[in-house]
Amino acid sequence: MKIIACIKQVPEISEVMIDPKTHTLKREGVPSILNPFDENAVEEGLRIKEEYSGELIVITMGPSQAEEALKRCLAMGADEAILISDKTFAGSDTLATAYTLSLVIKPLKPDLIICGKQAIDGDTAQVGPELAEQLGIPQITYVRKVEIPEDKKNIILHKETDDGYEIIQCKLPVLITVLKTLNEPRYPSIRGILAAKKKEIKVIKADDLKAKLSFLGADGSPTQVVNIFTPQPHQKGRLIKLEPKDAAKEIVNFLQREKIF
Amino acid sequence: MAEIIVDKNKCNGCGKCVKLCPFGQITIVDKLARIDLGCTMCGVCQELCLTGAILIKRERLNTEDISNYQGVWVFIEQHQGKIKPVSLELLSKAKELTKKLSQELVAVLVGDEISYLTKDLSLYGVHKIYLIENKNLERYTTDAYAQILVGLISQYRPNILLIGATNTGRDLAPRVAARLRVGLTADCTDLDITKEGYLLQTRPAFGGNIMAQILCKYTRPQMATVRPNVFKKSQFCSNSLSPSPEIIKVEAKLNPLSIRTKILEVVKEVTEVANLEEANIIVSAGRGLGSPDNLYLVQDLAQLLGAAVGGSRAIVDAGWLPHHQQVGQSGKTVAPELYIACGISGAIQHLVGMQTSKRIVAINKDLDAPIFKIATLGIVGDLFKVIPLLIEDLKKIKNK
Repeated sequence: MKIIACIKQVPEISEVMIDPKTHTLKREGVPSILNPFDENAVEEGLRIKEEYSGELIVITMGPSQAEEALKRCLAMGADEAILISDKTFAGSDTLATAYTLSLVIKPLKPDLIICGKQAIDGDTAQVGPELAEQLGIPQITYVRKVEIPEDKKNIILHKETDDGYEIIQCKLPVLITVLKTLNEPRYPSIRGILAAKKKEIKVIKADDLKAKLSFLGADGSPTQVVNIFTPQPHQKGRLIKLEPKDAAKEIVNFLQREKIF
Repeated sequence: MAEIIVDKNKCNGCGKCVKLCPFGQITIVDKLARIDLGCTMCGVCQELCLTGAILIKRERLNTEDISNYQGVWVFIEQHQGKIKPVSLELLSKAKELTKKLSQELVAVLVGDEISYLTKDLSLYGVHKIYLIENKNLERYTTDAYAQILVGLISQYRPNILLIGATNTGRDLAPRVAARLRVGLTADCTDLDITKEGYLLQTRPAFGGNIMAQILCKYTRPQMATVRPNVFKKSQFCSNSLSPSPEIIKVEAKLNPLSIRTKILEVVKEVTEVANLEEANIIVSAGRGLGSPDNLYLVQDLAQLLGAAVGGSRAIVDAGWLPHHQQVGQSGKTVAPELYIACGISGAIQHLVGMQTSKRIVAINKDLDAPIFKIATLGIVGDLFKVIPLLIEDLKKIKNK
């Protein structure tokens, strides 16, 4: 089976990154990581490859430093890594990104494409479905379990819905986007890290693609960010420090005053 | 938007495209391929035509073209014959937008045997309802719903299309947007109309640390998914006064073979918790609980209050609670009457998911926890002591 995992390098944003004085985004000193949902995508690719034999190719589109994220995937056990990087791609929104990815992926003829549910910087969850559409293959989003029957022609997926899940069958090739509950991503082993250092990352530039130029980068991006601002948290309530007993009473009073209890 | 052209000089009528079209929308007439109205412009024929005779043109629109796109559409998400609240929230907001634009408000209702739902929609001042019923549309599938929506948009050309940012909406919208090659903004938390008449879309990014405002100037429709619980439902008119909307039934030409996924089984998960997005009260747990063994504190409190249980990203990532109980930027956006945050420090990605709650009670031992900045009542204290006492007090009142 040929499996492709699409990944993204993102800033670590678990903690507040706003400069309290200037109210701007602090980028300095914020480490870059492999998008957490993509770790699950890579892990699932590795598991399928190990169980059913095949190869896992990881692909990202981004600046040259995104190599680090690809290296991590190689260290986890991916066979090949491709970096799509060129200044022509700058300013790509989800549509242009998905278009560019589709040009690289189509000739590889994968059986399965795995994406994380969303990237934690943009949080759009759009590239996966937009890529599936441009590849002309079906998509199944919010996957939390993957089963592959023996013949390897179909795939059976558990897709999370608002009140449970659906068990869905689909012919390959298919694109899936995955949740964190799907698996527990492995840490790269020392051996894996050493092996990854020796592997070469293939770099693809705009000239390597038979692309319509008007579909790439900012030109190919219908959405346009016109303004950015930082939300102001509003102080509205009161803060009290009491002995636990009085604190509990205070909450009860509040609930009764507000006619909630 | 896009159009599909058959080059008469290149087409030799070989009929390969007829066989290839996943939607059965090509016929050969007088030795030339003819594209039928249900074409979704998926591009399969263009890709594989031996003579390169089929071309899909997708161009930026000029202002003249843009004026051909009229009306604000809301995709009405229904599940088993019930309309999702987010769709009604969107109708309410869309009504405001239509007034600013002086355009029509249109609802798109897709499913099987759901025509009775049109009554509910008429309360929201809808001018027109496109009703599409077909047994292949009973349950949501990406292929069927995308095909229907693309067909409708191509034919009736809306200016704006809004879809709820639910699991279904976030699956459907990008598929449709990519097929039409139009812009799409995900997970908006505010919408407005600029003085030039563009849809101004505001959304959080970088985990809610910044807000971005986005326009789609050159493509139509302007598409956005919108988070549940950010707009208030407001019925536009009372039952007796509501003018009945024009209901337009559109026949769905759906080839079951074009639905490439097969639902084998639908599993409802029996959880003791109500749906977070629709709950009146939510008690939420954070890392401050220390271990999943202590979750019972939050669950007991929730049960007493008739509340749903939510959790922060940290504890959902750690596997204490399933993903559908996560509140925050990458989970659910909620706006209950009361939100009780237990041991949640309040990272911004969590705050963006619950800050519009009507009342917020926060219990945390750290005086500097950001959650206190938005709490209506902030209790600085040890939750392991406060919550059991609170439960005890509430039980006493209940038993009186």
